[in-house]
Amino acid sequence: MISAVDLIALLPLLILTGTAILAMLAIAIRRNHRLVFLLTVAGLLGALALVPMAANMTPRTVTPLLLVDRYALVFTALALAAGLVVVCLCRSYFGVRADQPEEVYLLILTALLGAGVLAAGRHFASFFLGLETLSVSLFALIAYPYRDERALEAGIKYLVLSGAASGFLVFGMALVYADTGTLEFSALISASSTLTIIIGTILIVAAVSFKLSLVPFHLWTADVYQGAPAPVTAFLATVSKGAVFVLLLRYAVAGGLGQAPALVNVLSLLAALSMLAGNLLALRQDNLKRLLAYSSIAHMGYLLIVLVAGSKVSGSFAAEALLFYLAAYFVTTLAAFGTITVLSPSDREAESLDDYAGLFHSHPWPATVLASALLSLAGIPLTAGFVGKFYLFAAGGLGELWTLLALLVVGSGLGLYYYVRVIFQMAKPSLDIAGKPTAPAPLEAHLVLVVLLVLLFGLGVYPGGVIDLLTMAALR
Amino acid sequence: MSLALLILVLVAGGMLALLADRRDSALPRWIALIALIVDGALLAPYFAAATSENGAWLDNLRWAWIPRFGIGFHLALDGLSLLLVALTVLLGLMAVAASWSEIKERIGLFHANLLWTLAGVLGVFLALDLFLFFVFWEVMIVPMYFLIALWGHENRAYAAIKFFLFTQVSGLLMLLAMVVLVLLHHAKTAIYTFDYFALLGTKLDPDAALWLMLGFFIAFAVKLPAVPLHTWLPDAHTQAPTGGSVILAGVLLKTGAYGLLRFVIPLFPSATLDFAPTAMALGVFSILYGGMLAFAQSDLKRLVAYSSISHMGFVLVGLYARNALAVQGAVMTLLAHGLSAAALFMVAGALQERLHTREMGRMGGLWSDVPRLAAIALFFSVAALGLPGLGNFVGEFLVLAGAFRATPTITALAALGLIVAPVYSLILIQRAFHGERMKPRRIHDMGAREITAMICLIAATLAMGLYPQPLIEIADAAISAKPGPMVAERSAP
Repeated sequence: MISAVDLIALLPLLILTGTAILAMLAIAIRRNHRLVFLLTVAGLLGALALVPMAANMTPRTVTPLLLVDRYALVFTALALAAGLVVVCLCRSYFGVRADQPEEVYLLILTALLGAGVLAAGRHFASFFLGLETLSVSLFALIAYPYRDERALEAGIKYLVLSGAASGFLVFGMALVYADTGTLEFSALISASSTLTIIIGTILIVAAVSFKLSLVPFHLWTADVYQGAPAPVTAFLATVSKGAVFVLLLRYAVAGGLGQAPALVNVLSLLAALSMLAGNLLALRQDNLKRLLAYSSIAHMGYLLIVLVAGSKVSGSFAAEALLFYLAAYFVTTLAAFGTITVLSPSDREAESLDDYAGLFHSHPWPATVLASALLSLAGIPLTAGFVGKFYLFAAGGLGELWTLLALLVVGSGLGLYYYVRVIFQMAKPSLDIAGKPTAPAPLEAHLVLVVLLVLLFGLGVYPGGVIDLLTMAALR
Repeated sequence: MSLALLILVLVAGGMLALLADRRDSALPRWIALIALIVDGALLAPYFAAATSENGAWLDNLRWAWIPRFGIGFHLALDGLSLLLVALTVLLGLMAVAASWSEIKERIGLFHANLLWTLAGVLGVFLALDLFLFFVFWEVMIVPMYFLIALWGHENRAYAAIKFFLFTQVSGLLMLLAMVVLVLLHHAKTAIYTFDYFALLGTKLDPDAALWLMLGFFIAFAVKLPAVPLHTWLPDAHTQAPTGGSVILAGVLLKTGAYGLLRFVIPLFPSATLDFAPTAMALGVFSILYGGMLAFAQSDLKRLVAYSSISHMGFVLVGLYARNALAVQGAVMTLLAHGLSAAALFMVAGALQERLHTREMGRMGGLWSDVPRLAAIALFFSVAALGLPGLGNFVGEFLVLAGAFRATPTITALAALGLIVAPVYSLILIQRAFHGERMKPRRIHDMGAREITAMICLIAATLAMGLYPQPLIEIADAAISAKPGPMVAERSAP
């Protein structure tokens, strides 16, 4: 039976579900962009406000499927906040472009629900359910501008490859189940690692690698990032990847992945390949969205260091490192895609690097945000990205992963080159200001950029407060 | 408190300069000037305190920052920091003066970046928390990058990115070494701390110490620079605007030497001893190789840039000579080279502003056109080649005298640098200022502003050369401080 306490622990997710249903009904009765937008914002704020209340009940296992602990709640809060940012960006973006923009909010809400389930998942069933809820919402979101060929292409590409990955995932789960007879993560730790389990787990890792766009499962990334509407790309790059990573760490710690050296080797290999290939492929990109896509591959590779180290260091430190890095990465990525959104003229997106020539002169404010975001991605001190990178060094050092850390240094060096190249492009004297895209000034989008910029430097200059919060979110 | 103020004044000055640009484009220059003068005034009391017997540390400031990892906002000032901070402020003033007529676009942003670079440098010289040190170390690079990339000369994009990549990647190695050092310290004591004093006595096994030492050494050797990690320097120095070159050569290179002195030697004394012969050999190689390349340049700024590599070779030899005399010499060389290199870059900048070229082949016979500028160039050229009575001589002499006790062979080779230096210094004078005058040029000689700046540098160089004792005393307490002496000596068996 589900008790009242269980319900309180689940409140953020329940509010999210309720808002999604309300939004759907509101759209069915009468289409009103403003109303749905406000409803969504209110729902997200309500869910965020209830997170501390739910945190008092933790840790709590609600049905065999979900474990609501601080680790899950911290990520849920992070995802909700990111969702709020994306919603604010969507309003002006889709308001100008789409005929019927209302369903975007509905899809974002369901995607967030999937992310929340993934964060709390302790069972293969919730793993699969969460992942599919998230992915199916994303298919529709990516292809939302259905008259745009590139968006449709991106949507189909993601759909087909994601479907294949889900197939791998289910097959892997079936293999694990065949051997252990249970679908709970924690059952794995006591099971002797037979060949079936290892093959099953590798299949699961492959499916997850697709979602995280780790090399060699990264082929969709650049096209989808480029084709999807900019706010949706922001969502895909942050919430979708973050949720999968959070689940993966819980699975790795609860399931004792560190006991199987074969798996640790596979993960290390994925990390190494992603760091190198992601950065190398980004070097020659002239399209900012593709550049960020390849850089995200590299960043997911960096983040895998935490996971590999998670088999050697304590789970709580790994969780702390992962969550901090994700928070920093969320803020940074949202700021970058937020700037792209704000700068895009109504008929296309500002994605070519040429669009950014002389941006510091024509649009000093968005240029500042984008430059800060790029410096944060590069891991320059005083930005959030640096503290994230510091955590990676600490986790890798504790886990004694010298090869991976050396690759991290090499990868960061490559990364600097292309991030700084964009900044240099923005600092050029602008040749033709008249031809530059002019941003309509949607107030909430600019407000969001202000908040993100403050957070970006806040996390970098004074990370103490957030770190204290995260140390309480220890993963058991 | 006044230590934090030193940095804060420059940061705030930069912000003000940026904002003031809209009101009046001349205002940022004055704001930069005032901010630096305020910093100078804040420093003055420390010089008074340094002469009396106050112990090694003249001031100390410690605030908690990220308690989770034992990271604090810890600034402290000893004699060595004091001298380098003073050099920074002085050369900051020179850089503002040198940019007065050269920089005409985006004046506010230029001075903001200049002041922020200097703020980062001051942070580097004052930070005693390894994490904080690293933050300043990286932060000073970003505005410098913009100085080169936005106001540099024809090939600025390439030079700026090369500078940025070299320093950042080597910096990451240092960060890695720092983190691992802290983790090893934690493994022994169960305390996370990045504090310099806490980490000083960490017992490390020789292998780990060697690797960690190398992580730091590479970062500092890139900045120094030591051959073969020097290739960023000629490009960056040549392409930077005059003010940027002054700061690069005069101050930023010194952060590398400071890092070796403050961190590498005290934190890893035994690894330093094992590594000393290699480091000294690198130093000698830098002296000779840098000198030879300087002689081969036809670009005036490139010549000075390569000569910097040669002079920094002396510093490396001195730091690793394992006795106090040589380390004193290295510190004196740092100060003297800061003055002379800054002055030579200002001369080169002044010439470029007037002639629009740095090619010495297109100069020649300038002495009759610009006698004052030429005389000043001659003064600093002979200072750079180590004429007795001027600052550089004191430094290099002490380095050689100290190093001779340690390793006579290496010292003999290093002394060859004293032959190479006159060759490239005098060829500079000969090609640029003597020889045939191509055609009468209508260019003006140095004005009152430039002369005033130069007189400051001349006076400082003369004072260092004629009566270096006060400076040596200020530095001495820091060099032999306990704990953490900056001279690695093998303890008596």
